[in-house]
Amino acid sequence: MSDGAAIRREAMLAAILRRLEGCRTIAVGASSPLPGTAALLARAKWGARVLMLGSRRHNSFTEGGRELFDFAAQGRLDAFFLSGGQIDGQANINLLGIGAYPGGLRQRFPGSFGSAYLYFLVPRVILFREEHEPRTMPARVDVVSAPGTSPPGVFRPGGPVALVTGRCVFGFDRARGRFALESVHAGETAAGLRAATGFDYDAADAAATTPGLAEEDRALVRERVAAEIAETYPRFAATLLAA
Amino acid sequence: MILRSVEALVDAIEPGQLVAIPPDYSGVSMAATRALLAAGRRGLRLVAVPTSGLQADLLVGAGCVDELEAAAVSLGEAGPAPRFTEAIKAGRIRMRDTTCPAVHAALQAAEKGIPFMPLRGLIGSDILAHRADWKLAANPFAQGEDPIVLLPAIAPDVALFHAPRADREGNVWIGRRRELATMAHAARRALVTVEEVVDGSLLEREEVAAGVLPAMYVGGVALAPRGAWPLGCQDLYDADDAELARYASAARGEAGFAAWVQAFLARPAQAA
Repeated sequence: MSDGAAIRREAMLAAILRRLEGCRTIAVGASSPLPGTAALLARAKWGARVLMLGSRRHNSFTEGGRELFDFAAQGRLDAFFLSGGQIDGQANINLLGIGAYPGGLRQRFPGSFGSAYLYFLVPRVILFREEHEPRTMPARVDVVSAPGTSPPGVFRPGGPVALVTGRCVFGFDRARGRFALESVHAGETAAGLRAATGFDYDAADAAATTPGLAEEDRALVRERVAAEIAETYPRFAATLLAA
Repeated sequence: MILRSVEALVDAIEPGQLVAIPPDYSGVSMAATRALLAAGRRGLRLVAVPTSGLQADLLVGAGCVDELEAAAVSLGEAGPAPRFTEAIKAGRIRMRDTTCPAVHAALQAAEKGIPFMPLRGLIGSDILAHRADWKLAANPFAQGEDPIVLLPAIAPDVALFHAPRADREGNVWIGRRRELATMAHAARRALVTVEEVVDGSLLEREEVAAGVLPAMYVGGVALAPRGAWPLGCQDLYDADDAELARYASAARGEAGFAAWVQAFLARPAQAA
């Protein structure tokens, strides 16, 4: 992995970790190696309970696949992570495809997983997507797997709090249905970020730089968490160690 | 007799039937998948509980599937499911997109013998907009406005999966992989391949019985050691990540897919 990619990944990891502060119970879904690493770091640092799909060691559910969803609907889960082939400025996420849905997709994504449910129910949903280009961050998603906000009257205790990308961190204002820039990763500029983002967002005149991991957290990743995430994401863990 | 060969087991699966299959990490019967491919079965309707990967990609790629209901189809770290992706773009299968808890809830409705199950979430999703079989209703118990989605029960003809062990009466030990029990309860019958067949009853000892799917839900059991390969089986063996990566790469093209399937079919069952 290049130095740039390693720095970007560390910034994302640090940003996700900060958004998990205060969380006692964190679940990690499919295809979520970076959030899984942050969650295991939260476990190492303050003893957060981690429930990771696909893991045997870090998954204490005993009632099968439905238990996570029942658990979340009862309000027992503090945080979860979602991504998307596209994420737009209203935090709508698209895990279905590019083009006209359902009949005319030019590109097909794997599917919505549990997003169309957990996005509504988990209080702190952290969106993540390393690839930050106009294509992945459009003004409007082609297909809505799960909406970023819901009209009054629709039961929605949960939703997005932030979007962490390979370039920056956005906070999400649920009342306004809009992102605001919190920080850009080292090496990114405000103008470069505007050009890379297909949607409009709020930003202060001077953008802060996303802090990296504290030295003791880097050591925890190296000495403990890298081996723990390898159980579920062996390929990802190998690149994490290389960094 | 409940014990039979893998070939005889899949003979019971007929074109047009609705077959429930587990996700890649839960106990996929790749042995039965191989037998379905070898038999050239057509017209299957699959419901993934709630996602699938290698198994759905193989069956879709080989033309065995008419319809697929799934919350996602992916090879996980190995990447997208190439034959599934291609089939959707070409419009070769009927896709019923869903979300994970909707599959679980609809199977639970079938377990209870009731016509539907309400589920939170979904409102505002394009999944709901394109599922004519799902209904938006008003919560009859709410004081104010509270729309909620109703999902019709899913009652599969067959639940097909792989488990660590069975006894000769057809009791199957699934441990904490309880979605296999949900699938089996909701289906007319479960067809199961197992790593081993043990003597005596799995229901005899309390600490073992708690992890058992009892024989009354089971229509047939076949012995298939390493029958989930190249996927894993609980704590007995892990997924073969190198083989999954080889598949993901080979199956990007029709020819590579056909070659992989041929090698898979030629592999001696027990040496897998």
